Amino acid sequence: MPIVKNISEFFGNENARSLKWRLEHGGYESARKALREMKPDEVTETVINSNLRGLGGAGFPTGRKWSFVPKGTDKPKYLAVNCDEAEPGTFKDKYIVEWDPHRLLEGIIICSYAVGIHTAYIYIRGEYVRPFERLEQAVKEAYAGGIIGEKVLGEDYKLDVFIHRGAGAYICGEETGLLESLEGKKGWPRLKPPFPALVGAFGCPTVINNVETLSHLPGIIKNGAQWFSDLGCERNGGSRLFALSGCVNKPGVYELPMGTPMKELIYEHGGGILEGRKLKAVVPGGTSSAVLTAEEAEMATLDFDCLAKLKSMAGSGAVIVLDEDVCMVKALHNIEHFFSHESCGQCTPCREGTAWVFRILTRIVEGGGTMADIATLKNLGQNMGGTSICALCEGAAMPLRSFVSKFEDEFEYYVKHKRSLVEDRKRNAVAV
Amino acid sequence: MSASFEFTPENKKRFEEILRRYPTKRAAMLPSLHLTQEQEGYISPEAEQYIADLLEVPVVDVREVVSFYTMFTRNPLGKHHIRVCESLSCWVRGSDEVKETLEKELGVESGGITEDGEYSWEVIPDCLGACELAPMLQLDGYFEGNLTREKVVELLKKQAASKTSGK
Ligand SMILES: Cc1cc2nc3c(=O)[nH]c(=O)nc-3n(C[C@H](O)[C@H](O)[C@H](O)COP(=O)(O)O)c2cc1C
Ligand code: SF4
Ligand code: FES
Repeated sequence: MPIVKNISEFFGNENARSLKWRLEHGGYESARKALREMKPDEVTETVINSNLRGLGGAGFPTGRKWSFVPKGTDKPKYLAVNCDEAEPGTFKDKYIVEWDPHRLLEGIIICSYAVGIHTAYIYIRGEYVRPFERLEQAVKEAYAGGIIGEKVLGEDYKLDVFIHRGAGAYICGEETGLLESLEGKKGWPRLKPPFPALVGAFGCPTVINNVETLSHLPGIIKNGAQWFSDLGCERNGGSRLFALSGCVNKPGVYELPMGTPMKELIYEHGGGILEGRKLKAVVPGGTSSAVLTAEEAEMATLDFDCLAKLKSMAGSGAVIVLDEDVCMVKALHNIEHFFSHESCGQCTPCREGTAWVFRILTRIVEGGGTMADIATLKNLGQNMGGTSICALCEGAAMPLRSFVSKFEDEFEYYVKHKRSLVEDRKRNAVAV
Repeated sequence: MSASFEFTPENKKRFEEILRRYPTKRAAMLPSLHLTQEQEGYISPEAEQYIADLLEVPVVDVREVVSFYTMFTRNPLGKHHIRVCESLSCWVRGSDEVKETLEKELGVESGGITEDGEYSWEVIPDCLGACELAPMLQLDGYFEGNLTREKVVELLKKQAASKTSGK
């Protein structure tokens, strides 16, 4: 399937950041259409019918999420825009914010109008310095140009948009961790229920959506629900940005229809594997997802349902390619280092589990592992998921289970020989 | 190092503007701490107390937030701060070489500051969101990618040159 340009239309175009230019190129027409010609419920209905699913990681149907927000409440309602983008391998929201921030702002207007929201906070990870500067500039221009503020696009609708910078904590991407952080606390996820749609930011009903999810709204309002849903595959509407990285020749962001074969992304768009090496494995949706073997990756399609069937997940759309020269023991060690560093420490299985997994893997990598360690890793993989407040713990368990079971020979070799199988092979190949 | 901390008049204005964005004072915590770190380079105990007073919360609440987030530092950093990503995509593309080069060129380990106070650097196990540039680092917050040993050396040279030319 060819590359599509629904939301990536202006990536790489220096002009698109300017409000004036953007207004001359279709900017805010859909928001205007929604405000003038559609009732809020009609907007929500359109989004439900489009089959747009949350692109932050969980894939929850977007319109349905909005419909959980109570109508007749006198409390203010909030929109929290998730631009924390910290799942390893993910860098797509950055492209939207850096190249086409007005598309995001237009999406924010459309969502806010549909739900009856008058204050939106964009939570952007603290490490994103230039993206923040560009976003801030766009928000300023949008206020000055009468796009947002007291009268959105001149209509009788008020909307404030504020940017809130994070400060380095992966867990603040989890929706309730994000809300805590927005409220000025450490990012400890909250027990659910109550769900944020009822009790979210500052105790009020709140919608949390990913940057990319919101950026699809202008296109959906412009071209209709049917157009979007037809673009994708069954139950997976539209297109999506895939962040391709790792051992490929052309890493980058590619917008493709849902359901595109993974092979196509890697070999056609991504230019194939580095230096003609062989594909070994793919991490298909950020490091929280289960790793796929080369065979699995070659049959996979890029959508939520196919990857769920393969007992992995589409997650954040971050596709990380690993070639034959990558040691899977060390790769898992790398991934679990991240999770043990980022566990917020509230839940015992997660705090202790991620720490032990990292410690055991460090021991193995340093040549002091035993066969019993491998058994312990398997055991931990079975016991860490599903017993904690948020999904980070399961996110650490997914790679653990899949790496150890799918590449068990590498783990056993490492323990027996105190060295990496892959590195030994490479060394022998050179020696021969 | 001054024993007390106060926002500059300009930052006081910015702080007042920040307060207006939120329904609670406490929500101004992260932006206030960013502002503090921008002004002082780090967050001192005196600054923690100052923010606590401004936001009307106990100082332990400020300390808790400062220690939770990795970007807030309670110690001064070098004039320029470098963060090297060693998450999966950077690691498979050679972040080890970037680390070794920095250690050699700067003469200090990750977490340290050079003797002249010009540089501090650290290795981050988190992905910095620029894996298309792997292996990469952040210099004063900006991404530098597709790094090799030579490129890292060149980058440090360029940085030093821009300083002597008074830029
Ligand atoms: C540990 C963890 C980290 C997450 N990080 C992000 C993130 O950086 N960005 C994001 O949009 N969603 C992230 N999510 C998913 C959010 O919790 C939430 O599902 C999403 O923001 C909802 O928006 P969407 O429905 O538009 O996808 C994360 C979830 C977990 C459990
Ligand atoms: S699962 Fe882990 S990250 Fe999530 S709340 Fe529990 S301890 Fe924190
Ligand atoms: S892995 Fe280094 S920036 Fe993502």
